[in-house]
Amino acid sequence: MEKELINLDHIYKSYDGQLILDDLSLVIHENEFVTLLGPSGCGKTTTLRIIGGFETPDKGRVIFDGQDITALAPNKRQLNTVFQKYALFTHMDIADNIAFGLRIKNKSDQYIKDKISYALKLVNLDGYEHRMPDSLSGGQQQRIAIARAIVNEPKVLLLDEPLGALDLKLRQDMQYELIRLKRELGITFIYVTHDQEEALTMSDHIVVMNQGYIQQEGTPEAIYNEPENAFVADFIGDSNIISATMVKDELVRILGTEFPCVDKGFGVEKPVDVVIRPEDVKLVKRGEGKIPGVVSHIIFKGVHYEMEVQAGGFEWLVHSTKESPAGTEVDIDVDPFDIQVMNRPASEDEQALGVVDDV
Amino acid sequence: MFKDPKRAHALASPYFVWALIFILVPLGMILWYGFTDDAGAVTIRNAAAIAQPEHLKALLLAIELAVISTVICFLLAYPLGMILAKNKMSSQGIITTIFILPMWMNFLLRTFSWMTLLENHGVINGFLEKFHLPTVHVINTPSAIVIGMVYNFLPFMIMPIYNSLAKIDNNVINAARDLGANAVQTFLRVTLPLTVPGIISGVTMVFIPALTTFAISTMLGGSKILLIGNVIEQEFTLTYDWHLGSGLSVVLMIFIVINMIVQALSEKNDEL
Repeated sequence: MEKELINLDHIYKSYDGQLILDDLSLVIHENEFVTLLGPSGCGKTTTLRIIGGFETPDKGRVIFDGQDITALAPNKRQLNTVFQKYALFTHMDIADNIAFGLRIKNKSDQYIKDKISYALKLVNLDGYEHRMPDSLSGGQQQRIAIARAIVNEPKVLLLDEPLGALDLKLRQDMQYELIRLKRELGITFIYVTHDQEEALTMSDHIVVMNQGYIQQEGTPEAIYNEPENAFVADFIGDSNIISATMVKDELVRILGTEFPCVDKGFGVEKPVDVVIRPEDVKLVKRGEGKIPGVVSHIIFKGVHYEMEVQAGGFEWLVHSTKESPAGTEVDIDVDPFDIQVMNRPASEDEQALGVVDDV
Repeated sequence: MFKDPKRAHALASPYFVWALIFILVPLGMILWYGFTDDAGAVTIRNAAAIAQPEHLKALLLAIELAVISTVICFLLAYPLGMILAKNKMSSQGIITTIFILPMWMNFLLRTFSWMTLLENHGVINGFLEKFHLPTVHVINTPSAIVIGMVYNFLPFMIMPIYNSLAKIDNNVINAARDLGANAVQTFLRVTLPLTVPGIISGVTMVFIPALTTFAISTMLGGSKILLIGNVIEQEFTLTYDWHLGSGLSVVLMIFIVINMIVQALSEKNDEL
């Protein structure tokens, strides 16, 4: 693993008496693409603003490259931010926008000129030096905002929902663009979004947040395949979250039917929640599976069919490339490694830790 | 909005009539009086009278006091606009009300109250005497006129500046800080240039009424200090020389139009 670059050490932050970040600790390594992912109000943007220096934590420290920068002004930090809605300087042309940080640092004219053309090439906007920001499309403005930030050679680039204002197709293109940029620059990206697909596509490391707590962090695969609680499971992709009982190690009772699974250490006859991804639910012929059911809805989604299946008193969400028309009698089956068992929150407090009530 | 342009025109007709009767006709009359003499012969003598020493002196003094008032208004309004824009949510209502409240009172009444305040035995000097402090002589001096102008026209400077400051996305300021600019650099390179349109309209809205006022100068400047506005007023109301009064008005109007063209051009340059 790469060297530790940023260390958020027990950060607390509240606005108007409302706790936004509650004892948040997070380590970010060099050359990582880290995404802070969560619904609005989860504290992800506040975390980013604390790293950028636009907010001061009430308690806790921000360590950057071994130094405490908690009280350091934003203009003294070795990082740059790409803001939501671009925040370009509308009274300057593109070249002046990109040169802003370099002029503040009194770089030579030649150096600035070289940097501008290098940055414009990097974001595929060659020849836009003398356009005004207002004459550019949203996607182009966003690229300029990125160019303006990276010419300063920051160690870390902070991105605050930079693709939020773009349309779907452009957003997808920009995702690949950002991955490419990150590779070419070889610096750390900290990315804030509420879009789970964006997070899964681009990140090396995802930090899922809710109500000021980190719910889970890990690689996109780990977050998707092994969600630690119902909140993460529900937030990342579609899922079936079902109350169940752990009969013993590697055996769980779901809706009255026993399924072999691969999880251990939950105890005997313990109430748990299980997560089953819709693409992992297998629809088989009546008599060949575990729980009998009837298809109640079917929608064609392009890549797959999305079906709702009534089985065992639960409405299962099922994704499959095979069509089963509404009314078809089927059996539901799930492979042991596709069942993700999670502890069920026992109290209100644990509930606040981000576990959703009902799915 | 209207599918039938004829109908739209019909609805706009009251405003055309209004503009005709109350703007175009008086303007035509001023031009007519301005460029004719008693006998009805065309002449430029009335307009050229601006070159007479006493008229020129009144014009230059009016320009001087208007410039001073505009600068003072700007220096007061900008910081206040920044405070207002920063507190978009909380105390804005109260501060705005405090500055707008005097505008609910008649302009002449407000200026009259400054007479009472500034008089040699007025409220301010009475207060100073009470504490055995030296009294000040302000009334009937150019300073009194400037005080009156600043007081009356300040809201017209605050509003456009506040509006242009409030429009700036907070993240634009953050972006400047993020790119290494300190507070002063951020202000000079980002905030100030972005509010130029507001400053221009504020300056226009203060400078033009300040240049043409005669009420403030009459009340606070006594009869000794004549601004170009007073000269024109006296030509109409005392000497009844409408031709001379109109001629000087035309000169003043040309002045204002030039002023507005310059400002419009600078605004246009700013957009490009």
